[in-house]
Amino acid sequence: MLAAQDATALNQQDPHKLRIHSLETFGTHDGPGIRFVIFVQGCQFRCLYCQNPDTLDVNGGKFEEMSELLRRAKNMRSYFAKTGGVTVSGGEPLLQRGKLLTFFKMLHEEGINTCLDTNGRLLDQQTKDLLEETDLIMLDVKHFDDEWHKKLTGLSNNTTLKLAAYREETGKPMWLRYVLVPGWSDQPEHIEALGQHFKDYQTIEKIELIPYHKLGVNKWEVLNMEYELKDVEPPTQESIEEAAEILRKYFKEVKIK
Amino acid sequence: MAEVKELGFVEGTWVNEINPKNFVELNITPYEGDASFLAGPTEATTKLWEACMVAMKEERAKDGCRDIDTDTISSATSHKAGYIVEGLETIVGLQTDELLKRAMKPYGGYRVVENAVKERGMEVNPSVTNVFNYVKDHNNAVFSVYDKEIRTFRSKGILTGLPDNYARGRIIGDYRRLALYGTKQLIAAKTADFNNIKVEFGDIKDQIRLREEINMQISALKDIEVMAGFYGLDVTEPAKNAQEAVQWVYFAYLAAVKEQDGAAMSLGNVSSFLDIYIEAELKAGTLTESQAQEFIDHFVMKLRMVRHLRPGAYDEIFGGDPTWVTEAIGGQFNDGRTKVTKTSFRFLQTLYNLGASPEPNLTVLWSEALPQGFKEFCAQVSIDTSSVQYENDDLMRPNRGSDDYGIACCVSQQSIGKRIQFFGARTNLPKTLLLALNSGREEKDGVTCIEGIAPLTSDVLNYDEVMDRFKKAMDEVARVYAKSMNMIHYMHDHYYYEKSQFAFLDTNPGIDMAYGAAGISIIADSLSAIKFGKTTAIRNEQGLAVDFKTEGEYPEYGNDDDRVDSIAQEITHYFFNELKKHATYRNAVPTMSLLTITSNVMYGKKTGATPDGRKAGESFAPGANPMHGRDRNGAVASLNSVAKLDYNDAQDGISNTFSIVPKALGADRGDQITNLVNMMDGYFNGETEADMAHHLNVNVLNRDTLMDAYENPENYPQLTIRVSGYAVNFVRLSKAHQLEVIARTFHESM
Repeated sequence: MLAAQDATALNQQDPHKLRIHSLETFGTHDGPGIRFVIFVQGCQFRCLYCQNPDTLDVNGGKFEEMSELLRRAKNMRSYFAKTGGVTVSGGEPLLQRGKLLTFFKMLHEEGINTCLDTNGRLLDQQTKDLLEETDLIMLDVKHFDDEWHKKLTGLSNNTTLKLAAYREETGKPMWLRYVLVPGWSDQPEHIEALGQHFKDYQTIEKIELIPYHKLGVNKWEVLNMEYELKDVEPPTQESIEEAAEILRKYFKEVKIK
Repeated sequence: MAEVKELGFVEGTWVNEINPKNFVELNITPYEGDASFLAGPTEATTKLWEACMVAMKEERAKDGCRDIDTDTISSATSHKAGYIVEGLETIVGLQTDELLKRAMKPYGGYRVVENAVKERGMEVNPSVTNVFNYVKDHNNAVFSVYDKEIRTFRSKGILTGLPDNYARGRIIGDYRRLALYGTKQLIAAKTADFNNIKVEFGDIKDQIRLREEINMQISALKDIEVMAGFYGLDVTEPAKNAQEAVQWVYFAYLAAVKEQDGAAMSLGNVSSFLDIYIEAELKAGTLTESQAQEFIDHFVMKLRMVRHLRPGAYDEIFGGDPTWVTEAIGGQFNDGRTKVTKTSFRFLQTLYNLGASPEPNLTVLWSEALPQGFKEFCAQVSIDTSSVQYENDDLMRPNRGSDDYGIACCVSQQSIGKRIQFFGARTNLPKTLLLALNSGREEKDGVTCIEGIAPLTSDVLNYDEVMDRFKKAMDEVARVYAKSMNMIHYMHDHYYYEKSQFAFLDTNPGIDMAYGAAGISIIADSLSAIKFGKTTAIRNEQGLAVDFKTEGEYPEYGNDDDRVDSIAQEITHYFFNELKKHATYRNAVPTMSLLTITSNVMYGKKTGATPDGRKAGESFAPGANPMHGRDRNGAVASLNSVAKLDYNDAQDGISNTFSIVPKALGADRGDQITNLVNMMDGYFNGETEADMAHHLNVNVLNRDTLMDAYENPENYPQLTIRVSGYAVNFVRLSKAHQLEVIARTFHESM
């Protein structure tokens, strides 16, 4: 596993450029409608099941001018219809929150919808400013129990939950995302607790339940990193349904991805 | 016209002149709803289709040809009645007396027909052979006027697929005319046209030719009366009800495909015309939805059974035995109403009632203003069957000046009854670039094809110098191409005139001269490599560039990058302008397509390594597609690159074939339908008018399915896939073509 890295520079250097991993111009799984998904580079979580381990290194990827990304987004406006727009995913976008604030403002000036797919790692004034320019936040809650969260990601879920609470205060829309990993995040009592915690939130439009899959495993091999969940198989249809059944008690909409 | 009055049609100019467009405009019932009214197959439909499936299985088992009538030269009247299962068919008529028995149509080129028969281990009846000891066919005629450079360009594969040894096709009769008027009125109108041609002043030669043509058209109409008589039907009068309307339209088309074996013989835009009769009967209570669907199912079944006799070599350029019975569905009127009717839905519904199929080549004329219910049904059908293609009505309607048009062959707009096109296959642009890099010599054997192209001064390729040579090469190719086309179509008119189709056209229709170019993505990437990277030609002892090495990064077409996309635009514009400079037979108006059909595989085989890193022999991308795997930023970036090509430079069509795995379209069926609708709206509308795209083939399937079908073809008799402007039964493609399809970009990012 990649060692912990400081990410201060990522938020500061080259203010007009984003450090990105890759682009997907027909994103249909990262927010509503057709989306231009910018996968940014760098993440401090070390999720054992990470499907994009090549986005972790804060020094990897390449710099791309925001103006070029904006040009691409504008060229896609005819595809966005009423629902689509730009999603910044990663990696962890909040590591470049200052620059993303500029970028989201640019998008809003062109009338383009903005969406942030984040693990909620950081909550400072810059994050709060960014959230103001974020039409939809998709918050990945990796686990509700902090001990399990640390086991799964290497870090606490404390800030993630705080960020959710802050978003709730602002009254702006939010989706939750939860990856169901057999033996790791499928304990009914913890899923139940997650539901209890969020049941009164007004801003949560839906929760997406994402069954664990192994599509990213070969990337770990390419990077010469050991994949610890080798023996974990994707959840069965029944266990997905079980988890969804619990979540349906607490959320308006549960979408199985 | 008492019978027509009984159906309560609104009268207009169509009553006193031949004008189905006016009839449709006055009588159509646009439909804004969803697909919930549709009916499934009747018992008779299912039985008939089972019989067709059995016959097609036999056909596949016999290497793609069930039987040939080797005794008869095919014509509208050459064969007596034939049935699938007599008594069950609501719409009758086969090309020969037996299902899937192919007929000989030798006027395009007798030798080609003879070889096709021999390849099947059969012999042409000597009495037929004897005819061609005396009669000149189209093929003989063209070659009698070809010169050395045309022959060289042809044999070296610079110009390919030219219709000089087979029928040109691409002409669409207005088959609605038979239903609306019957032969009696059509003959009267043609007779009046004949008498109006005075042959006294002006272009006497043209006038005499027209008179001769009209005479042939009238005899064709009389033949159709005889043909209908074999089935106990009388087409001298207009159709009196929905069943007759469908039947008459089919008879008009049937006569065409009995007489001609044109590469592509489209149907036109008959669905909303037929809807008027169906709607009138539904209203009168003389027809149920199930019966209406049955007429369409049986009609479509007949269209699926159309066959032509082709030699094996033909499969290289037109893989999978296509016939291009292209039917254009939907679109809008200039007045803002939609042309979508319930019968637009019924045509698509055949893909469920009879299962997926490549034919007829169902083409939706997409407009932003199409009813949402129809858009969603189209998307659903694409997701389920991969059998539909889409063309931009909002682009073609204003640009080509007609709201009553069909699609000739794959992608070419054609005003119905008013215009035709002279089909011209295509030239190989990458090969042309290699001529430019080799002082006019062919890259494989060094034969000089173009004189006067100076050698390059360095093996490290200089962009300006390459462009200079390339433009000279394009000029020369355009010159030889134009010359060939004029000869071909002059001879085709004289030796294989399409009398059955012209009988359903205005007497002196407008003509497009449809040129074509293949390999635009290779050109864009090659020139981009030369411009932005450092490309070195590696030459053999003859001094021919046999490979290229590029250092440094350069943008590739298919990623919405203007630096390279603009090269594709520029070359398209340049080459088309060069073609436009040349005189055309019958003052045809030049157009151009960026389309390959399946010849991208054959072109690849015949073309040496190119500067974009493509190795010698590797397939081209189909149509205007980016090269496989080079579009790295997802589907929309890829679509956007293609959308930038200017339709004004390629009015004959800019073909793009798009393949995506279902999951990448969205998490569930609802999302998938919505996203596909939005994607097509986005692609066709564009951010600006200049970004409006022209054509899209939509495939929604997993590569695994294709690989399994490659291994176990018997399990996939109806698996259909869009290739380049048409669809094929995957299992009827050659193995080489199957592998090329599997190798294409499948957008699968999730």
